[in-house]
Amino acid sequence: MTSTSRADPRPLSPHLQIWRFHITMASSITHRITGTALYFGTFLITAWIVALATNAEWYSVIETVISAWYGQVILFLWAVAVLFHFANGIRHLLWDGPHIGFEPKTASTVSVFIYLFAILGAAAIFAATTWL
Amino acid sequence: MASHDFITPAKMARGLGSAKTGTETHIRQRVSAIALIFLVPWFVYSIIHAMGGDLAEAQAWAAKPWNAILLILTAGAAFFHMRIGMQVIIEDYIAKSGTKSALLILNSFACIALFVTVALSVLKIWIGAGA
Repeated sequence: MTSTSRADPRPLSPHLQIWRFHITMASSITHRITGTALYFGTFLITAWIVALATNAEWYSVIETVISAWYGQVILFLWAVAVLFHFANGIRHLLWDGPHIGFEPKTASTVSVFIYLFAILGAAAIFAATTWL
Repeated sequence: MASHDFITPAKMARGLGSAKTGTETHIRQRVSAIALIFLVPWFVYSIIHAMGGDLAEAQAWAAKPWNAILLILTAGAAFFHMRIGMQVIIEDYIAKSGTKSALLILNSFACIALFVTVALSVLKIWIGAGA
């Protein structure tokens, strides 16, 4: 217990400005960012399924958006977000359940691999759907 | 330290934040994550195929019983999971209690509305196909 008096005595998170960058910090923040991105991504997926259930006119609008460059950019970023959140989520389960991967070196290495997996995986999915 | 020797752990923790339902939310988030480990790969694989074809092909895909069931299960697990995730983010970053409550309610409404919308759309396609 410190002697500094605050109105709210709960512990504060360390401030970002005084933290030295490290890769596990980045992957933790990225997990939140990708989670938020996927949250709003579901609005678009819901729109696609609603169009599927309603009429051809709406569906063709969505097809136009998907095939446009900005639609492709959104889809690519969505794929990166899904793969990152998926892999990092499994790591969270391994941390929480069997307590695997807590050693700083392991955690940092796994973080790098998750970033690579997300970006290269999304690129591979795009390559496969474009050329196969 | 010495002055704390006669204070029970409960006394130390009391009043320092919620110790009511956090564990339940923690477990729910992980259980839905485990469901999504199986559902998301199926969903990503399927949606790529469905988006590649035309409207009739995509509808035929969604109308197959297994696909319809898995679509609704994926939507259920995903909206459940993202509702908790967004709730935690709101609780972490929004200190003002009125704004926080409003956003938490909006989050719940949005996730439930999206789930109902997806579930009914899938049911409509399924029933429309004469299943």
